[in-house]
Amino acid sequence: MRAVKLRKQDLPAFLKCVQSFGELWGPVREKDRQVLKKTDDVNQIDLTTIRTSLPFKKLLFPPRFSMFHFSGNKYTTSLEHLPNRIIFGLHPCDIHALLIMDDFFTRSFDDPYYTERRKKTAIIGFSCIPDEKCFCHATKTDTVEEGFDLFLTDLDDFFLIWVGSSLGDDMTRECPKIIDEGILPEDLKKYVEWRKYRNSQFKMDIDLTSMPEIFDLSYDSVIWEEEGEKCLSCGACTIVCPTCPCYHVYDKIEMGKIEGERMRQWDSCLFKEYSMVAEGHNFRESRAERLKLRFTHKLQAFVGEYGKPACVGCGRCIETCPVDIDIATIVRRLRGEEVKV
Amino acid sequence: MTGLTALKNAYLPESMRLIRRYPLIEGVHFFQVRAVDMTRALSLDYLPGQFMMVSIPGIGEAPFSISSTPSRPGLLEFGIRRVGRVTNAIFQLKENQIIGVRGPYGNGFPVEKIKGNDLIIVMGGLGAIPLRSLLLYALDNRDQFGNIYLLHGAKTPSEMLFREEFLNFRYRDDLTCLLTVDQDDTGKWPCYTGLVTRLFQQLTDIIPQKTYVAVCGPPVMYKFVVAELLKLNIPKHQILMTLERRMKCGVGKCGHCIIGGYIYTCVDGPIFTYWDVIHMKGLI
Ligand SMILES: Cc1cc2nc3c(=O)[nH]c(=O)nc-3n(C[C@H](O)[C@H](O)[C@H](O)COP(=O)(O)OP(=O)(O)OC[C@H]3O[C@@H](n4cnc5c(N)ncnc54)[C@H](O)[C@@H]3O)c2cc1C
Ligand code: SF4
Ligand code: SF4
Ligand code: FES
Repeated sequence: MRAVKLRKQDLPAFLKCVQSFGELWGPVREKDRQVLKKTDDVNQIDLTTIRTSLPFKKLLFPPRFSMFHFSGNKYTTSLEHLPNRIIFGLHPCDIHALLIMDDFFTRSFDDPYYTERRKKTAIIGFSCIPDEKCFCHATKTDTVEEGFDLFLTDLDDFFLIWVGSSLGDDMTRECPKIIDEGILPEDLKKYVEWRKYRNSQFKMDIDLTSMPEIFDLSYDSVIWEEEGEKCLSCGACTIVCPTCPCYHVYDKIEMGKIEGERMRQWDSCLFKEYSMVAEGHNFRESRAERLKLRFTHKLQAFVGEYGKPACVGCGRCIETCPVDIDIATIVRRLRGEEVKV
Repeated sequence: MTGLTALKNAYLPESMRLIRRYPLIEGVHFFQVRAVDMTRALSLDYLPGQFMMVSIPGIGEAPFSISSTPSRPGLLEFGIRRVGRVTNAIFQLKENQIIGVRGPYGNGFPVEKIKGNDLIIVMGGLGAIPLRSLLLYALDNRDQFGNIYLLHGAKTPSEMLFREEFLNFRYRDDLTCLLTVDQDDTGKWPCYTGLVTRLFQQLTDIIPQKTYVAVCGPPVMYKFVVAELLKLNIPKHQILMTLERRMKCGVGKCGHCIIGGYIYTCVDGPIFTYWDVIHMKGLI
């Protein structure tokens, strides 16, 4: 993989330069949280961000959008006018989530609402030092080899930039004056040391080995009832999760007209209505059943289907759940470890 | 991915014309539709057991099994029970109106595997709708199947779907047609009375290894029918059943139809073998 260098003070100039490829989106501080936002002023970007409150998925399958317009029985969709975008600042966990979503939305049927947006999106990844909620080393999503156009590693006075695609290559060539092609042996040494340091910074340890078997054997465990008792069915954990793609469909109609939009909106498997079928029969009536679905899907079922769990260890659900139900608590409890309930 | 699939937006309904509709039984109507584009109408291929999403602009979409057979191209047939918002709107439709339909979706019955074997079709209630497709398909390709048995149970004669069509099948000599009602409210019912499970007494000379069974009916029916089939030693992976889940997309994306955390009923189903069913938790 081609690698180049960028001096720290040149990052704003570089980001300005790549804006010729599309709208720039990046993590921006808003009060006490960091959000992924479109920004023209590159100085607003907050490089200390560990996790944006909502992940990149809000750009590739927005929380709510119109799939098509209908007028009587004429259906028209407009996927032609989507903007080109650059998402800056994705960490390795989010890039892994992006790869999972790329695979998911093209399996069996191609979802044009995702793929058309994805085609117009460039990814500039950015390195991170884990905080106490990160566990991407457990999910093996702590490093990336693909899924980005450029990836920047912060090595104190400069950034080491991995070039992951032809588009990324073009970006570096757009601003030749500030891009340094000469990687020196001491730069490499610095990088290796940085990797060592980062690896030593993981504070949370959860063990995901044998999860599929553990799920099989815990199907009737009391843990589901106990955690289900606490769950508020608020759906926050699924909304913030970068690998949760479920959605709901409804028609929005203009008053007095047979014209309107077929809308798609994020949904949550933890909402009660999720599995309700005709005549109010619900296949997953209890919160315990719904929680079990969420975690079985992420940690057991997905492994069988995709060879890896549908959790990238980003820690968003840990940060978000008001009653502390999250991947880490569930896994520890299933493994029989002490967790205060 | 081929260029063609990339071009087509799977979520956009196609325009179809409602050709004919009439009541089958109280609350369930028969709908015949045809793609407005005649080339499309004739080339639209599907498998028995697949379903389509029917769209009512402003109200929404719902999945319905195809009741016609792909061996008679051109027309698509549905049997629809009126239960809620979308189905109410479908019941407002008149002949010649244009509706939006997309599909076909789902795995369908494994007809290629069934060919060369005997086929027992066991239906109850709305289960007659998808199984009629399989039955007509097998009859249209009669030389490719062994013995064919139809077992159909309804509460009363007036509640039997496709009653006249199936009563006529009694006169065919290439099909064993066994129809039963729990209660004869007319006093003129010419066939059996009693539960559908009693019809199994009529099944002699079944060679289990050479027999496929397709079952579809209300949830309570499955348990009793499966017990009968196991008594006959039919292999579990040769017992086929259809499952219903809530569906929003039909293409494996929205997540609503998921079972046991990993089965997307709309793509991996709605047809499952009994073997699948006993290995999937939370299935029925
Ligand atoms: C693969 C498949 C094949 C099918 N094939 C057929 C077929 O061939 N024929 C057929 O008739 N049907 C078939 N169905 C079922 C059919 O899809 C449903 O009956 C249809 O979706 C109902 O839509 P609706 O909008 O009319 O009902 P809805 O308005 O969605 O609901 C109907 C009823 O459910 C209750 N309900 C729904 N949602 C809620 C909620 N959130 N809270 C409380 N109550 C609620 C309502 O009280 C109402 O009485 C099939 C389903 C599947 C999955
Ligand atoms: S389950 Fe939690 S930690 Fe895992 S990817 Fe989703 S939000 Fe992140
Ligand atoms: S965030 Fe917590 S309380 Fe809310 S639905 Fe998820 S698990 Fe339940
Ligand atoms: S109906 Fe949407 S995933 Fe099956």
